[in-house]
Amino acid sequence: MSKHDNETTRREVLIGASCVASGLVLPALVTIRRSEATPATMAAAIRKVVGDAKVKTGKVKLEMPPLVENGNTVQFTVSVDSPMTASDHVKAIYVFNEKNPQPNIISIHLGPRAGRAIVTSRCRLADSEKVIAIAEMSDGSFWSDHVDVLVTIAACVEDGIP
Amino acid sequence: MSSALINVPARAKRGEIIAIKTLISHLMETGFRYDSTGVLVPRNIITDFVCTYNGEEIFRAGFFPAIAANPFMIFYTVATESGTIVFQWAGDNGYSESASAKIVVE
Repeated sequence: MSKHDNETTRREVLIGASCVASGLVLPALVTIRRSEATPATMAAAIRKVVGDAKVKTGKVKLEMPPLVENGNTVQFTVSVDSPMTASDHVKAIYVFNEKNPQPNIISIHLGPRAGRAIVTSRCRLADSEKVIAIAEMSDGSFWSDHVDVLVTIAACVEDGIP
Repeated sequence: MSSALINVPARAKRGEIIAIKTLISHLMETGFRYDSTGVLVPRNIITDFVCTYNGEEIFRAGFFPAIAANPFMIFYTVATESGTIVFQWAGDNGYSESASAKIVVE
C-alpha cells in the first residue's frame, strides 16, 4: 500500500489548512449527499471488466492534475504503450474512481485503426480520491495506472437546482 | 443545427495518424442531484458515442454520469482513405445526435 493510502501528507495538511483559511470548507459541505462508491465497489466494477485476469502495473499512463480546484470538470488523458498493429493493440480502456456515487467513468473500445492509443476526456470527481485507468490488450492482458487526486471543490455539492 | 463541435483535419497524408476532437453540448445530469425542493433530478446523460470512418467503426465510448457536462473527447485514427467520418451520440430519453466531417487523404 502506498504512503498516500494511510497517511495525511504534508501537502494535504497544507491544502486543508488553506481551504479552511479561505473559507472553502463551506456550508456546501452540509448539502453533500454521501457518495456511494467505495474502494470496494470500485474493486467490484474492475472485477466485472477484467474477470479473473491479473491487472499488472505499467504500459498505461493516466495523466490528471494531482490538485483539482473544481471537481466538476477534470481533464484526463490515458495513453497506452502499444504499437497498435493488428496483432498487438489496445482493445479497450476503462477509467474508474473510488468515491463518486458510481465507480465507472468511461469505457472506451478501440483497435489498430486508432494508430495511437491515447484518449482524452473530462470527468467529475466528488471527492479527493484515487482514479484508476485500465487497458485491455489484444493478447488478453490488463495493465493499469492510477493517480491520487486532491479535489478542493467537489462535483455534486451544488445547492438545490433552481 | 448540430450541438456538436468537431475538429478533424481537412487533409492528411495516407497513413498519417490524425487527432479527432469532439465536443457536444449536453447537461449530463447525473441523477444524483436534488433540486431546491429536495426532489431527485432524474438522470439524463449521453451513454454512447460511436465514430465511424467510411462506415467502419474506429472508436466507441460508453459514458457514465461521472463524465463532465458537455462531453469532450480527443482520440486518434489512421487516415486510410478520403471519405467521411461520422460521429453519433445516444443517451437517456431517446437522445440522439450526429455530426460528420470530410477528410481528403493524399
